[in-house]
Amino acid sequence: MTVMSYSYKVPKSRFFETMTGIVSRPSGAIGLFLVVTNVILAIISPWIVPYDFKVVNANIILDGPSWQHWLGTDQLGRDVLTRTLLGGRQAMIVTMTATPLAILWGGCLGIYTGLVAGRFDEIVMRIVDAFLSLPWILKMLLIIVMFGSGIFVLIPTLAFFYGIPVIRIARAATHAVVARDYVSAARARGQSRLSIIWFEILPNVLDALLVEGAMRCSWMLLAFTSLSFLGFGVSPPTPDWGLMIADARSYMAIAPWAGLAPVIALSLLIIGINLTADALAKAVGLDRAQSAVH
Amino acid sequence: MFRMFLQRVGLGVITVFLVSAMIFTAVEILPGDACTAILQRDAVGQRLENCRQELGLNRPAIIRYSTWAIQVLKGDLGTSIHNGKQIADLVFERFKNTMLLATLTLMLGVPLAIGLGILTALRRDRLPDVVVSTLAIFAMTIPEFVSATLLIFIFSIWLGWVPGIVTASASAPLSSFFPGIILPVVVLTMVMTAHILRAVRSNVIEVMESDYIQMAVLKGVPYRTIILRHALPNALLPAINVIALTIAWLLGGVVVVEKVFNFPGLGHYMVDAISDRDLPVVQAIALIVATVYVGVNLAADLLGLLLNPRLRTMRTRA
Repeated sequence: MTVMSYSYKVPKSRFFETMTGIVSRPSGAIGLFLVVTNVILAIISPWIVPYDFKVVNANIILDGPSWQHWLGTDQLGRDVLTRTLLGGRQAMIVTMTATPLAILWGGCLGIYTGLVAGRFDEIVMRIVDAFLSLPWILKMLLIIVMFGSGIFVLIPTLAFFYGIPVIRIARAATHAVVARDYVSAARARGQSRLSIIWFEILPNVLDALLVEGAMRCSWMLLAFTSLSFLGFGVSPPTPDWGLMIADARSYMAIAPWAGLAPVIALSLLIIGINLTADALAKAVGLDRAQSAVH
Repeated sequence: MFRMFLQRVGLGVITVFLVSAMIFTAVEILPGDACTAILQRDAVGQRLENCRQELGLNRPAIIRYSTWAIQVLKGDLGTSIHNGKQIADLVFERFKNTMLLATLTLMLGVPLAIGLGILTALRRDRLPDVVVSTLAIFAMTIPEFVSATLLIFIFSIWLGWVPGIVTASASAPLSSFFPGIILPVVVLTMVMTAHILRAVRSNVIEVMESDYIQMAVLKGVPYRTIILRHALPNALLPAINVIALTIAWLLGGVVVVEKVFNFPGLGHYMVDAISDRDLPVVQAIALIVATVYVGVNLAADLLGLLLNPRLRTMRTRA
């Protein structure tokens, strides 16, 4: 009796395949490493920071790096290492909550309007165009002037405004699918609209939304840190990269460490997100190079 | 063809109208109005009433909107609450400065981006492509205030080559912005070049893989001719839209860079106006920025229609 050998391959999960796709590219591996390290540091930072972030010490103002203060101290004598480790938390919380929300509502509306087309679609697209023709910072500042600038204002606001371009992406991705035979077949079978969206369209639009989400993350982070750099984000003494960089700019000539530490931390995170997003786009076979500025 | 022209223009006009209505509503919802801004602490009781009467603020919103809109169409943007000057003059001064910044950036950035885009596409996945594409990701994604801070640190504090800040006032002659304008132009060029470069690169790659290029190769057309005659015209056409978006961005949204370098442009003025609650100015700037955005994109669309006969026959959906 011969031993039967099966050449049957266990199908790997989609998630596993995509992750392998990202990590197998050097840029993707580096990107993912940067993001994961940053997130882990942000999570554990309250337990590992050497000093209290708000303790002011007039004796050690703008001291250079030393064994006590590895990255020196800032203009109020606070430890720069401590504040840099903690400084990404607000930005990351905002990014990680606002991005999924933006993708969710923008995606839903985009798929729906792409599917029903007609007058509803016309109206939605005109409003989208009108919103997109205003610079993001003007829209954000108007809301901040109206409601203040805590993260409970910033999260819904960012989620709202950054969901608008997602409508376009989801709509375009839906258009590419709607004309296919299997959607017509589903219609002919009498599937409900909701079930067509869920079973026929969503699986095909999900890749585009995923890539869009990864990309939105970096823009969200950019928006949040820019706002706090301009003084419209978190309020002091909460440590925040944007705010730290704004403060340190005046002392750049005498104490570059106070500004360079948050600059490097923020840059590494953003570069990490973008390398990951690029690798993700390539792994699922999409090209994100065509997108416009912000 | 002519119908398509009209259709696009019509859509643009509708968008601008929607924006103006949106901005008006947003400003309407903002707590406080022109009178509370003018009177400040005294904004109570009879004086507030009188002021509102005088400025016509107690008329219904729809009437105020239409009077405002008609005035704008006549070219009158109203007066600033902050200093009582004509907004049209104030905004024009800054718009001129922003135009200077944008023009220099475009002159530097567009040729650079197209050149590098073609280079990276033709040397795909080899050293020049890997280096330039990675740098592009860096330039594109690092927030402008971060790259600006780094450049100021390196070139004005450390090396002392160029000033790190613009000291000229908004109404100063354009020549007085040099050499302070160099660093802002460099920062903007970095961001812009990266975006256009990526678009050009992916277009060129796509075209080079197409059947008619394969055909040209097979029938023995010289490489130079293939690139210059067959590939580039088709590859650069879609880049027009990306360039248009960049121009719109440069003319309206470079708030952070203008703020960092203290450049007296439109974006800087916008933030100041919002902080000062100078609502008529906010309205005016928003309207101008949106009009520029719609106008530039419209121009790109029409140019695309003009240069690409294929688009004309396609039934395009809005």
